[in-house]
Amino acid sequence: MASPLLEVRGLRVEFPTRRGTLVAVDGVSFAIAPGEILGVVGESGAGKSLTGMAIIGLLEPPGRIAAGEIRLEGERIDDLPHDRMRRVRGRRIGAIFQDPLTSLNPLYTIGRQLTETILTHLDVGRDEAHARALRLLAEVGIPAPEARIGHYPHQFSGGMRQRVVIALALCAEPRLVIADEPTTALDVSIQAQIIALLRRLARERGTAVMLITHDMGVIAETADRVAVMYAGRLAEIGPVRGVLQAPRHPYTEGLMGSIPKLAAGAAARATALVQIEGAMPRLNAIPAGCAFNPRCPKRFERCLAERPEPVPVGEALVACWLYGAR
Amino acid sequence: MVDDGRGGVIDPGRGGVIDPGRGGGVIDPGHGSGAVAAAMPAPPGWLRRGWEHDLAWSFRRSPVTIVAALLTVLCVGGAVFAPWIAPHSPFDSATLNLNDGFTPPAWVEGGRARYLLGTDDQGRDVLSTILYGARVSLGVGLAAVAFALVLGVTLGLLAGYLGGRIDAFIMRVADIQLSFPAILIALLIDGVARVALPRDLHDALAIYVLVLAIGVSGWVQYARTVRGSTLVEKGKEYVQAARVIGRHPFAIMLAHVLPNVTGPVLVIGTIHIATAIITEATLSFLGVGVPPTEPSLGTLVRIGNEFLISGEWWIALFPGLALVVLVLSVNLLGDWLRDALNPKLR
Amino acid sequence: MAPASAAPTAVPSGKAAPSGSTAPSGSTAPLLRLTDVGRDFDVSRPWLNRVLEGAPRALLRAVDGVSFGVRTGETLALVGESGCGKSTVARLIVGLHALSRGRIEFDGVDLAAPGVDVPRLRRRMQMIFQDPYASLNPRWHVRDIVAEPIRALGLARSPAEERERVGELLRQVRLAPEDGEKYPHEFSGGQRQRISIARALSGNPEFLVCDEPTSALDVSVQAQILNLMGELQQRLGLTYLFISHNLAVVSHVADRVGVMYLGRVVELADSARLFAVPRHPYTRMLMDAVPDLEMSGRPRTPVAGEVPNPLAPPAGCAFHPRCPHANDRCRAERPQLVVRDGGAVACHAVAEGRLGG
Repeated sequence: MASPLLEVRGLRVEFPTRRGTLVAVDGVSFAIAPGEILGVVGESGAGKSLTGMAIIGLLEPPGRIAAGEIRLEGERIDDLPHDRMRRVRGRRIGAIFQDPLTSLNPLYTIGRQLTETILTHLDVGRDEAHARALRLLAEVGIPAPEARIGHYPHQFSGGMRQRVVIALALCAEPRLVIADEPTTALDVSIQAQIIALLRRLARERGTAVMLITHDMGVIAETADRVAVMYAGRLAEIGPVRGVLQAPRHPYTEGLMGSIPKLAAGAAARATALVQIEGAMPRLNAIPAGCAFNPRCPKRFERCLAERPEPVPVGEALVACWLYGAR
Repeated sequence: MVDDGRGGVIDPGRGGVIDPGRGGGVIDPGHGSGAVAAAMPAPPGWLRRGWEHDLAWSFRRSPVTIVAALLTVLCVGGAVFAPWIAPHSPFDSATLNLNDGFTPPAWVEGGRARYLLGTDDQGRDVLSTILYGARVSLGVGLAAVAFALVLGVTLGLLAGYLGGRIDAFIMRVADIQLSFPAILIALLIDGVARVALPRDLHDALAIYVLVLAIGVSGWVQYARTVRGSTLVEKGKEYVQAARVIGRHPFAIMLAHVLPNVTGPVLVIGTIHIATAIITEATLSFLGVGVPPTEPSLGTLVRIGNEFLISGEWWIALFPGLALVVLVLSVNLLGDWLRDALNPKLR
Repeated sequence: MAPASAAPTAVPSGKAAPSGSTAPSGSTAPLLRLTDVGRDFDVSRPWLNRVLEGAPRALLRAVDGVSFGVRTGETLALVGESGCGKSTVARLIVGLHALSRGRIEFDGVDLAAPGVDVPRLRRRMQMIFQDPYASLNPRWHVRDIVAEPIRALGLARSPAEERERVGELLRQVRLAPEDGEKYPHEFSGGQRQRISIARALSGNPEFLVCDEPTSALDVSVQAQILNLMGELQQRLGLTYLFISHNLAVVSHVADRVGVMYLGRVVELADSARLFAVPRHPYTRMLMDAVPDLEMSGRPRTPVAGEVPNPLAPPAGCAFHPRCPHANDRCRAERPQLVVRDGGAVACHAVAEGRLGG
């Protein structure tokens, strides 16, 4: 793509432990265009959250970026010293985490948290910051923002809190927002509202979003492109419709087949769900070759020996020897 | 979250650093555990080899702990084997020679190799009295801790699991007791015993009364901790599953809850040993502890105290030093244990 | 081995929707019947605080007048969002909570009637829990966990027989008998859930209450567990009460579905009918809120509002503040579950014919 907003190349995240080094993210590369919503989907242990954490610079030691580059608007951000990264975070990259209860400081009013963030990152006066905060609260759908701006996080319901978190993530007008499971802790009806909100705000402001989730449904509703991760590696990445409706990687295929779909009638009940045998390998037991090979119904010899790199297949990139260069 | 393959999980993005590869500990400080996998419970079976291995590794890394452990072993060994390794029998009046009294330590002018650390006013070898005194101190300390532990854990378990009035009652008693210093509680019990029991009976039972006194003064910390852990475990689904199976509440308490709440008890107990020994020493120093026929380190310090002014410093100093070394090393060991067993600090 | 049980194995596992009415009581006597069941929780502040602050007693009506029946061999799903009371209903059935109101009958016997041997009846039901990490005692070996019901109910005559039974159960859930020697933390979430299932089955129950059994699992593991549960139901003739917040999962496993909102059942119908033609406005809203995985672009009404505070439920119909069809009657009068065209709906708009379907 022309001039991506975020570019990740060969990212490798490791955890040195007493018993050897665990590789949690292994050579992942992707890019996000300005204003695009990229979904990063995978099951637990796939490394998607860690990828997000690495980008935003919040990897907790002993975890560290062992290799690779992360570029935001052309500049490298993976090797910045802490204080400079702190300024990038918030101003150029916003973050939304899973649990709205702990993402907000319970001791301060949301108004204070919003205005402090705005003042820290933007060059505006206090009154202007307050006005912006009010506008943001209205935009994210908090009713009666003038009254509620002085409230504390615990005075909001879960869905409302997540809206405040979204406001907080957007208040410094970042170019990129990393959302890690933003709707997992919410009821399904609230979930629908929140993802609609996120999509609308991103479009209106031209903010790119990296949406990390295990929920394919959220991806289907929100993302432009989707990256499927497995055991710390990228299995498939491409436009959402293509990947979801016509998955190429056997893992994506299995994943899509195993998701129960809302369907009426006896037909839905008659077919057992597609199941992928086994489970995602643990970090200290990642198979040689293609990480998915023990569970793959289509594997052959090469899959056991060599690790496939992503190759273009149609509009997508797929890391599978079924499509690899022969 | 990242599964490190040994049943341990890494959840770095939530502010929790976890020692990966432990057989099972994840520790995410409580909230927003990432993605779909919820936070795992505390690792099981502190007898498991994997656990021990980690403890041993943590032990080896800390020189302070190694020294503390060696000293503790030394003290305990000395106390346990006192009858065999003590150069003299200081409480056998037949062997005492009054003329040998007030002999200074061997390296000071006037000292003799025979009495390495000198003798007291009655001609008792200070080294031997320390060994025997440590015996009493340790014995009373350990017994008191055992008593407090059993009492506290039981009450904590009952309070936490049964809740309601029983919980309220036990906790109020605990609160009331906590408003008094432990020493006062111990003094109170001891004093009541002296008044209530006839003189000779009291002398015979003095040690037991002392153990009871120190034990009763210390049960609350166990009860509170265990109660808190019990409340947490009670809400967990494996306890509910046991209820659905139809098991009796006491069976659930003992078989299901108890094994999961004893972790912190070990740490409290270790540090409590040190406190109990000090408490006993204090009481003995004040003269209301062990009877004079079985002096503990505290008694020895009291005895020696009288001679400090007159210049026979060794009679008080060495027992005092022994007490300090013993208590300090047990304390350090307890500190290490608490940090080693606390997954959040690793 | 298995005690003589009333569960007929010839009952279709529900793949073909059973004919006949789907009224709450059913034409065949249900295995489990709830009548006007209610459960309140006293969440008042401590007495002293109440006196000093003048605060009133706060009573949370977690379950408020729920009635339905579960027929032998079928899977009834209770679906709803957090706070709707579905988990509380599950716990009331297995006896983890006491009833505040109403009646629960198992196999025709009122569990609260005097002289009833409740433990004996309760043995025929078991429960599977949501959290695979908290539902197994971390300090017990797996074999002890699975054997606990066997021991508690005295089902094995010797340790050897017990061991054999445990091995068989583990195999039934696609684990190895040797796994009995391990501790729970050595297993993944999906495997732990299998252990939970093995434990639930070891007492030879007829009725299984499943409280969100796959909500904490990855989607591919969920598929394995759901398939396993379906298989076990067919093979052992089990009856399931399946609690979930996930409509898509429910559409795959349930014969009949009950939708709950704020402690009440708002709709109860055959699975096929409910998903084809949802009638209650809340059911429609829930279905619309499910993400469109097929990207069909199906028309959806945007979801309005949030679940109200259960401590202060709206008067009349609990859903009226969020309902586009609410009228004055809805705001004043609580609708009853009315059987209609093979399904039951608690909605004035539907009853009055204001709402199509």
